[in-house]
Amino acid sequence: MGYVTASATDHKQPRAGIAFILKKALISAFVALVLFSLMIGIRTEAGPTGQLIYWTRFGELATLVAIVFVGSIAIELVRQWLGPAGASQLVPAPVQNGLAAAGRYVAPALLIFTLLVPVIFYRQRYILDLGILVLTYVMLGWGLNVVVGLAGLLDLGYVAFYAVGAYSYALFATTFGLSFWICLPIAGILASLWGVMLGFPVLRLRGDYLAIVTLAFGEIIRLVIVNWQSLTGGPNGISSIPRPTLFGIPLTPGPNGLAAKLGIAFDPTHRLVFLFYVILAMALLTNWVTIRLRRLPIGRAWEALREDEVACRALGINTTTTKLTAFATGALFGGFAGAFFATRQGFISPESFTFQESALVLAIVVLGGMGSQLGVALAALAMIGGFELFRGLEQYRMLVFGIAMVLLMIWRPRGLIGHRAPTVYLKQAQAISSDLVKEGHG
Amino acid sequence: MSDDHCILSVDRLSMRFGGIVAVNELSFEAGRKKITALIGPNGAGKTTVFNCITGFYKPTGGTMRLASDGGPIALERLNDFRISKQAKVARTFQNIRLFPGMTVLENLMVAQHNTLMRASGLTFLGLLGVPSWRTAEKSAIEHATFWLNRIGLYDRADDAAGNLPYGDQRRLEIARAMCTEPVLLCLDEPAAGLNARESAALSELLLSIRAEQGTSILLIEHDMSVVMEISDHVVVMDYGVKIAEGAPHDVRDDPRVIAAYLGADEEEAIAVMESDR
Amino acid sequence: MDYFAQQLINGLVLGSIYGLIAIGYTMVYGIVGMINFAHGDIFMIGGFIALISFLVLVSFGLTAVPVVLLIVLLVSMAITALYGWTVERIAYRPLRHSFRLAPMLSAIGMSFVLSNFSQVAQGARVKPVPPIITGGYTLHQGSSGFVVQLSNVQIVVVLTTIVLLAIFTWLVARTRLGRDMRACEQDQTMAALLGVDVDRTISMTFVIGAALAAVAGMMYLLYYGLVDFFMGFVAGIKAFTAAVLGGIGSLPGAMLGGLAIGLIETFWSAYFSVEYKDVAAFSILIVVLIFMPTGLLGRPEVEKV
Repeated sequence: MGYVTASATDHKQPRAGIAFILKKALISAFVALVLFSLMIGIRTEAGPTGQLIYWTRFGELATLVAIVFVGSIAIELVRQWLGPAGASQLVPAPVQNGLAAAGRYVAPALLIFTLLVPVIFYRQRYILDLGILVLTYVMLGWGLNVVVGLAGLLDLGYVAFYAVGAYSYALFATTFGLSFWICLPIAGILASLWGVMLGFPVLRLRGDYLAIVTLAFGEIIRLVIVNWQSLTGGPNGISSIPRPTLFGIPLTPGPNGLAAKLGIAFDPTHRLVFLFYVILAMALLTNWVTIRLRRLPIGRAWEALREDEVACRALGINTTTTKLTAFATGALFGGFAGAFFATRQGFISPESFTFQESALVLAIVVLGGMGSQLGVALAALAMIGGFELFRGLEQYRMLVFGIAMVLLMIWRPRGLIGHRAPTVYLKQAQAISSDLVKEGHG
Repeated sequence: MSDDHCILSVDRLSMRFGGIVAVNELSFEAGRKKITALIGPNGAGKTTVFNCITGFYKPTGGTMRLASDGGPIALERLNDFRISKQAKVARTFQNIRLFPGMTVLENLMVAQHNTLMRASGLTFLGLLGVPSWRTAEKSAIEHATFWLNRIGLYDRADDAAGNLPYGDQRRLEIARAMCTEPVLLCLDEPAAGLNARESAALSELLLSIRAEQGTSILLIEHDMSVVMEISDHVVVMDYGVKIAEGAPHDVRDDPRVIAAYLGADEEEAIAVMESDR
Repeated sequence: MDYFAQQLINGLVLGSIYGLIAIGYTMVYGIVGMINFAHGDIFMIGGFIALISFLVLVSFGLTAVPVVLLIVLLVSMAITALYGWTVERIAYRPLRHSFRLAPMLSAIGMSFVLSNFSQVAQGARVKPVPPIITGGYTLHQGSSGFVVQLSNVQIVVVLTTIVLLAIFTWLVARTRLGRDMRACEQDQTMAALLGVDVDRTISMTFVIGAALAAVAGMMYLLYYGLVDFFMGFVAGIKAFTAAVLGGIGSLPGAMLGGLAIGLIETFWSAYFSVEYKDVAAFSILIVVLIFMPTGLLGRPEVEKV
């Protein structure tokens, strides 16, 4: 693939006047008219007799086409104003460098803020809930980051491990009455065993073959959960999953609850705060382990694998075990997060483990800037937070999410944090530009 | 040559791809602590031989015996990463294969993977940060530093490997291969793309590796000045077979070799040579 | 035996639909090296447009079924092709020479956009249509009373597939556009230097792929008598599975893979369990790829060292 065509498209647009802009807008509007003519202009619905009926919506159609026309002019004007480099200038270089420098302070500041969230927002249950959700995705993102960001293995079925973790906890807890803290390692280990099981067949696969097999694997797990009704409850899921306890003390009202033992009034928010700190601790553990692993030979081997698999083999690195450990480690964290999800919700069903979840977590990792721990955390905050803004507009939520995904990728294909930090240095650690960092073939 | 003097003996090595015979019954030996050059026109099958020796291809016939301390090793039975890990044969690539997004130092650390993996107790001890792991890591960095000094890249240790100039990348790849502490170092056109000064520095580096580390070197090279200057023994290939071998100067004057390079047939080459005198 | 024959027919029909979608995947993969995740949703859009244009035509009083079907086919091919063109223009072209994962995520995003767009535009409920093509032939009356039937819809689906494949093969093998496409597949830079308009060729690839997906969408509508906004995802994954199974980048492979997936799914449903038919299709994909990492007809990847 060359760059001839890329530069050709960039320079093709002359900085022309109004006529050019209008022509472009008219073409866009015409395309929109054809695209939306039947899909928007005519609305179908099954009528009372089951027969399909339709009615026209030419007003909406005209509005949409007008929006496209005006939007096209606006985009073109913005583009001309920004100059030929276009989108890449949206974040000017000094700001980017500033961000990189500030990065050193962003992480500790973010951590302190996160620790204080339950104190600051104690009265706002909604924010606490959202915080827990964001942290769950931060943890998932960090887990998948090991596989995709470090080892460069594209995994589109990560949700499978999340599901295995959730169902392991739910089943062990509801059938054998085991506590969350005993089940947590079991769930993690089971998930990582599944990770190895997935790893074996895909060892020889590269690139998009790997992507489709992991996707298929995720779907298989979900379909089995849906259909194995006697074990998993099928589409109805598993309910009344036990809530976690603090060393065996439940966070419930009544004489045995934590509140009573501490001699304070019971407040349902206590449990929320407790859950918040549990997932925060789990996420931080994930982060700590990942940062440690990167500085160990196994972590370096993962990154080397992403950079050049053939060279790894020539250096005596067993690529099979290296890949398998990456899958297993990523799956382990996914399993932990799944167990937490189950205990937080108290109810799980296959609906929570669709491909959309895998795509969401992958989007978080890629948007974060592959391999960057801070980037993944910021991306999770932005994605899940942004997603929540559209809570009222349930119907448009996924639509906006999809549009955001496309725009974010066009804006920052290498993610928010486009630098790789070295794992060892002699004199001074210098960030490595993402242009040099490979993305793996697997 | 007996085992004492011979590090690698290749016997009737053949490699076929479908109907194409890339290497046909090739036999040669590489001397211990010697530099052996494998030369020949483009497409002669040199890189294929390398790929067989270093386990990237499984040869269709023949044997490759590596003399090691623990007795001879049949290279054709090892595959993939085991060649480097167990037989201690390291290699470089014709088109440099560094880890461009990792620093120079990191590249050299990755090369010490197997040693470090043991020292980190298969990661678990390393995760806990036990003292023995820390010492091992420190000595790995020292080992890398030693090689950085040898190739003159100490000052660029923390730069991304992909940012180095071409010549430095070539030397770094050699240093990286040496960090695996090989008994046999296979270099695939190490002087390709280097200028005269860089070639001279390369020759010096290879000679010092042979003298100081006692590593045997097997080399594919088109740059005849390098070949003539440093090799102890030259093997010439054309169309997958060996056409000549011997000391550099003998080979240079061999009519069959000249014919192979000039693309003429043997008699014409002899005629050309005789008319020269 | 009769039962088997009947399932064979059903499987081949389903496989034809998958094959038509799979060609779109394989073409795009061959030329730009990316999985067009939105392709399944393009198929869904094709189904919707076929449905809507059918309703409109019928309400205008057109009753001659062949004429109606032909117009529906052309309209849905044209509009859906424009969808394919637009998707490439908006979501993929800016990322053409970017980092590999970016276009893939952009494609996943586009898939969400398309499926949720039609949910918003046309509602979430399944749209049923009464059978448009009725009747059929009884091929064999078994002694046990089991009847092997070949319905007219099935004939239409298979015939349309064959005709389109013939046109399509001619297009790739014999026309200037096909030659440009093959050139871009080999080496885009070189093709551009030799005067091939790479942007246009890639756009055309998306347009043709989308048009074939529209045909598949219409066939699906005729065969199953319904469309819904979510059908693109599952059909898309299965068609992509078919493309990979056949060896991605290979056009006959895509059709072969489509037929294989259709047959596997049908036979599994018929003899084992309907619930696990998708599990069977995906499992077979995984098994095939373990033994043939580049699919049935894919070119083996020679590792260059």
